[in-house]
Amino acid sequence: MTTPSPESRAALLAVARAVPDPELPVLTLGDLGVIRDLRVAGDGAVEVDLTPTYTGCPATAVIADDVRDALREAGADQVRIRTVLAPAWTTDWMSEAGRRKLREFGISPPGPAGGPVKLTFSVRCPHCGSADTREVSHFGSTPCKALWTCRSCAEPFDSFKAL
Amino acid sequence: MSSIQPLAGYALALGDDALILTQRLGEWVAHAPQIEEDVALANIALDLLGQARTLLSYAGQVEGAGRDEDDLAYLRDDRDFRNVQLTEIPNGDFAVTMARQLVFSAYQYELYTALESSGDATLAGLAGKAVKEVAYHRDHATQWVLRLGDGTDLSHARMQAGLDQVWPYTEELFDPADPASQLPGIAADPAALRPAWHAYVTAVLTEATCQEPEPGWRSRGGRDGLHTEYLGHLLAEMQHLHRSHPGVTW
Repeated sequence: MTTPSPESRAALLAVARAVPDPELPVLTLGDLGVIRDLRVAGDGAVEVDLTPTYTGCPATAVIADDVRDALREAGADQVRIRTVLAPAWTTDWMSEAGRRKLREFGISPPGPAGGPVKLTFSVRCPHCGSADTREVSHFGSTPCKALWTCRSCAEPFDSFKAL
Repeated sequence: MSSIQPLAGYALALGDDALILTQRLGEWVAHAPQIEEDVALANIALDLLGQARTLLSYAGQVEGAGRDEDDLAYLRDDRDFRNVQLTEIPNGDFAVTMARQLVFSAYQYELYTALESSGDATLAGLAGKAVKEVAYHRDHATQWVLRLGDGTDLSHARMQAGLDQVWPYTEELFDPADPASQLPGIAADPAALRPAWHAYVTAVLTEATCQEPEPGWRSRGGRDGLHTEYLGHLLAEMQHLHRSHPGVTW
């Protein structure tokens, strides 16, 4: 398949969306919602619109490489990755499956975004399910996570920040 | 640099603010009072670096002279940088850094909010994304100013001293400056950002039981390439590797 037909768009999109996130391999890029579009251009190249989670997220370059590799393996000879900033990525685009996988992985999934940052909603401990938790720091091991700790089971945990 | 196209110059000025503060915040890593703050300040710096990369790349693209983000970050001398002096002053103690973070993140919050409706698609796209990151930076600084200001006698005194040290550099953020004034509908008018900025920071200072300083002098000229002696030292560290080994990759 040197020149993918428009019909193969859906199949290629599925390939791109199935690529695991390099920092959180339990999530696919589809779960994360960062693959915004995919087209087969006039010259036969596959064009992917990718949106970064955070402007400085170092995983963005790795994600672009991984998508390129996966599409090439699926038969697309020429792949172009476009970085699109608008509309800005939001954690509201994360799939239900993604939220469930995060919880199983020990990371509390993001609450609803929108509005200015006010973390007043309760974050449940992914280990014991308690809502008696507190934020230790807004910032964690990657730009997308905050550090929390559970008062019930005393375990620290990461929470995916609403953005 | 004086003849640089206005849009390129504007992107460069905003990008330089973000880049220079990134470098300053990076100095805290492994030196902050808590490991959580090492992580927090590094994360904030990382967000700013992402914004700087977008803005410097765009400046180079608009300029059309073949300079990329690395050329602009590593191969300019201090007089060619367009950042406000606030971003280049030394970190001081943690309270000085938090005072600067409050001032700068509250300014950037208003700046990016205004730029979301810029007529320039790249600036508007970046602003829509960055404003959400900066909301976290502003909240982080706010929590610390409240905690230190409304804490013990010692923490209060040091927070107030931090604010006093930073305040002479605040007005420069809102000076009418080229090239912003040459880009109606695209750039944000710096002076128009001041009322909302001032309302936010004074509310925080009041709750923190701190006084808004009334400094007897103020900085000027960063947007015209006039800098403190500190910028040259900062650039020497930031640019050293790139200039010692031109074109090196690993």
